[in-house]
Amino acid sequence: MIVETGHYALILALGIALVQSVLPLWGARTGDTRLMAVGISAALGTFLLIALAFGGLVAAYVTSDFSVLNVFENSHSQQPLIYKFTSAWGNHEGSMLLWVLILGLFGALVALLGHDLPPSLKATVLSVQAWVTVAFLLFILTTSNPFIRLMPPPIEGQDLNPILQDLGLAIHPPLLYLGYVGFSIAFSFAVAALIDGRVDAAWARWVRPWTLAAWVFLTLGIAMGSYWAYYELGWGGWWYWDPVENASFMPWLAGTALLHSALVMEKRAALKIWTILLAILTFSLSLMGTFLVRSGVLTSVHAFATDPTRGVFVLAILVVFIGGSLALFAARAGTLEAGGLFAPISREGALVFNNLFLTTATATVLVGTLYPLLLEVLNGAKISVGAPFFDLTFAPLMVPLLIAVPFGPLLAWKRGDLWAATQRLYVSAGVALAVIIVVLALEGGARVLSAFGFGLAAFLMLGSLTDLFFRAGLPRAGPSVAWLRFIGLPRSAFGTAIAHFGLGMTVLGIVAASAFQTELVTTVKPGDVLRSGGYEIRFEGMSKREGPNYSEEVAHFALSRGGVAAGTLEPTKRAYPARQMPTTESAIHTRLMSQLYLALGDSDSNGGAVVVRVWWKPLVTLIWLGAVVMGFGGMVSLADRRLRVGAPARRKAAKPARTEVGA
Amino acid sequence: MRRFIALFLLTTFAWFALPNAKVGFGPSPAMAVQPDEMLADPALEARARQISEGLRCLVCQNQSIDDSNADLAKDLRVLVRQRLMAGDSDEDVRDYLVSRYGEFVLLKPRLEWKTVALWGMPVVVLIIGGLFLASGARRRRPAAPTALTADEEAAIADLLAQRKES
Repeated sequence: MIVETGHYALILALGIALVQSVLPLWGARTGDTRLMAVGISAALGTFLLIALAFGGLVAAYVTSDFSVLNVFENSHSQQPLIYKFTSAWGNHEGSMLLWVLILGLFGALVALLGHDLPPSLKATVLSVQAWVTVAFLLFILTTSNPFIRLMPPPIEGQDLNPILQDLGLAIHPPLLYLGYVGFSIAFSFAVAALIDGRVDAAWARWVRPWTLAAWVFLTLGIAMGSYWAYYELGWGGWWYWDPVENASFMPWLAGTALLHSALVMEKRAALKIWTILLAILTFSLSLMGTFLVRSGVLTSVHAFATDPTRGVFVLAILVVFIGGSLALFAARAGTLEAGGLFAPISREGALVFNNLFLTTATATVLVGTLYPLLLEVLNGAKISVGAPFFDLTFAPLMVPLLIAVPFGPLLAWKRGDLWAATQRLYVSAGVALAVIIVVLALEGGARVLSAFGFGLAAFLMLGSLTDLFFRAGLPRAGPSVAWLRFIGLPRSAFGTAIAHFGLGMTVLGIVAASAFQTELVTTVKPGDVLRSGGYEIRFEGMSKREGPNYSEEVAHFALSRGGVAAGTLEPTKRAYPARQMPTTESAIHTRLMSQLYLALGDSDSNGGAVVVRVWWKPLVTLIWLGAVVMGFGGMVSLADRRLRVGAPARRKAAKPARTEVGA
Repeated sequence: MRRFIALFLLTTFAWFALPNAKVGFGPSPAMAVQPDEMLADPALEARARQISEGLRCLVCQNQSIDDSNADLAKDLRVLVRQRLMAGDSDEDVRDYLVSRYGEFVLLKPRLEWKTVALWGMPVVVLIIGGLFLASGARRRRPAAPTALTADEEAAIADLLAQRKES
């Protein structure tokens, strides 16, 4: 019953989304306020109905209702409750339902929070948002319906893919989708602006917080996914340039560019056309990511099932939306007037520089990901484009960009003084140089690149704080005056500094973990002692343990540091009988920001010997901590009063909006 | 625009051209390099590891033979080490594997005619984008003030002279 209600709610959501995709737009074109107002209730209605459908699916999972095909295929009655819950989106159908749920959520948020928007713009935005919703609801209902029943119902489910039975599944997909799908708002605003043929600073003031929020979620989602892969796959790596990773990385790169170009548009009314194009491209890349992951063109751990009809359907959505929006852009971009003159050396110029490199990096990842497919079609040659290619092309593109980061906030709008900015960065550059010299002195000439990497990270981290330092009036002002000025700085200034500092942390983590990682692969017998990262690791022996829906072999290692006990590590090998699938669970010991990482290999049945792989990864956690700090910077910036459109006017507008909601 | 359409048409074809096998790469209990495969000579072993990182495990998805646990990956790792023991240079080893398994085995494609677009693309995009921006910046720059005419110069000289006198 609950399942049928969910199914029905989903069909009803499609109906309402169809209404939403036509009437508000029609109202906006004809100036009919009643039709425009339909958008608000329709957006809320669509969201609530999708939420109802999603709740129905989750309920079926939590109660292990194996009469539902989707639940049977991806769940097991013995799973811990949390995994029963998360199994709901640990499969293709459920994950697409989560996708549209978040799409609906963003539509509803615009409807609820957008009372200061011009009514016609708001109506158009809601209609465009509904187009996307309709397409994906159709996709789910026709090719990926999670509510299909199974007769007769089986007694036991087939279990969730063991790799996905992890807390990561509770966090990674929702965060990632909040980011991915959050860019749909920027897209809807861009298309609405093109339909209206008008775009102004108010438009950018609206788009920027939404883009920023989506970017924060995507940043955290990617970082979470990276850390999950790091500890779950047991390969010790944190980024594989896997096509599916690239699929989430491209919208992030383009979204980062969009974030910065929207800044120029908001402050200086320049780069309008480019910002619109970037908004379209960013969401297009999100859609393409969905296609690459969901279609099965690229098989990977994320492609839960491969089915040609789905691929063709998503491809059709892709062609219609990307093609349509770009065609609209080509037709209407000329009517938008460009504005805002600036000299090449200026804050605007720095942001354009940022956009040039980020877009080139996006293009590099895009071409690298699709090139093997294209080449095979064109000339039948099969080639691979893997991590070494991306390391060689992507990294050099990032270096000039990273060097430029601290300069940006130090340059004035319109016409900046590069020399003055450079002088303000003397201290940071001096420290960076010292770091390079120290690393070279300690490690010798063979480490030139890593030494440069450390210097770059130091420059980035210190340089990001330089702007705050000088804006507080230091070093000239007295400490009390400087403190008052410092706490009085706008939050967006803090947001910028924090996010750029986080970027520096990530760079430091990447450089340290790749340059100074040590690895040890060996066979151990009980009583053997290994040494890594200053630890003595004593192998105590193996034992067996039963989990709720798996059994595992546990290796016990005792850690000590300089003779002092420092805890135990228990990497395991698990077997999940339902799927006949073995996994490894690595064991990680964190010391400050570095980690000791143990993963098991084959064991020798007689004698209790086992192969173990031991990594010492210095400062590796900074890679993800840096991303969290970046996300935090974004949130601080989001809290800036200036970004809340018409903050004082909002209280006045709140009441009529609520009656609209009730209507 | 046209490029995008072409691209998506091509991906459609690619879709049909590709075998849609279900080849999920499950993380496996054992892992990559096993102690018994390793070479006694650390320098040679280090070279073997480095070569392995650039070779694709042909039956896996996007994994190097150094990361993979598949039987084929193990065979290739052993093969790489055998060739190194036989005195091959790094490039010889790669050539040998390409002759047996094709270019597909290299994770870093070689620079050839068919990969020129791949390798050249970042540079080309950067240069074209840069030129486009530079031309835009030139257009945006306000026109430089034109030089003063002889009459105007004379008038200024007059004014300055008057000012000195007063």
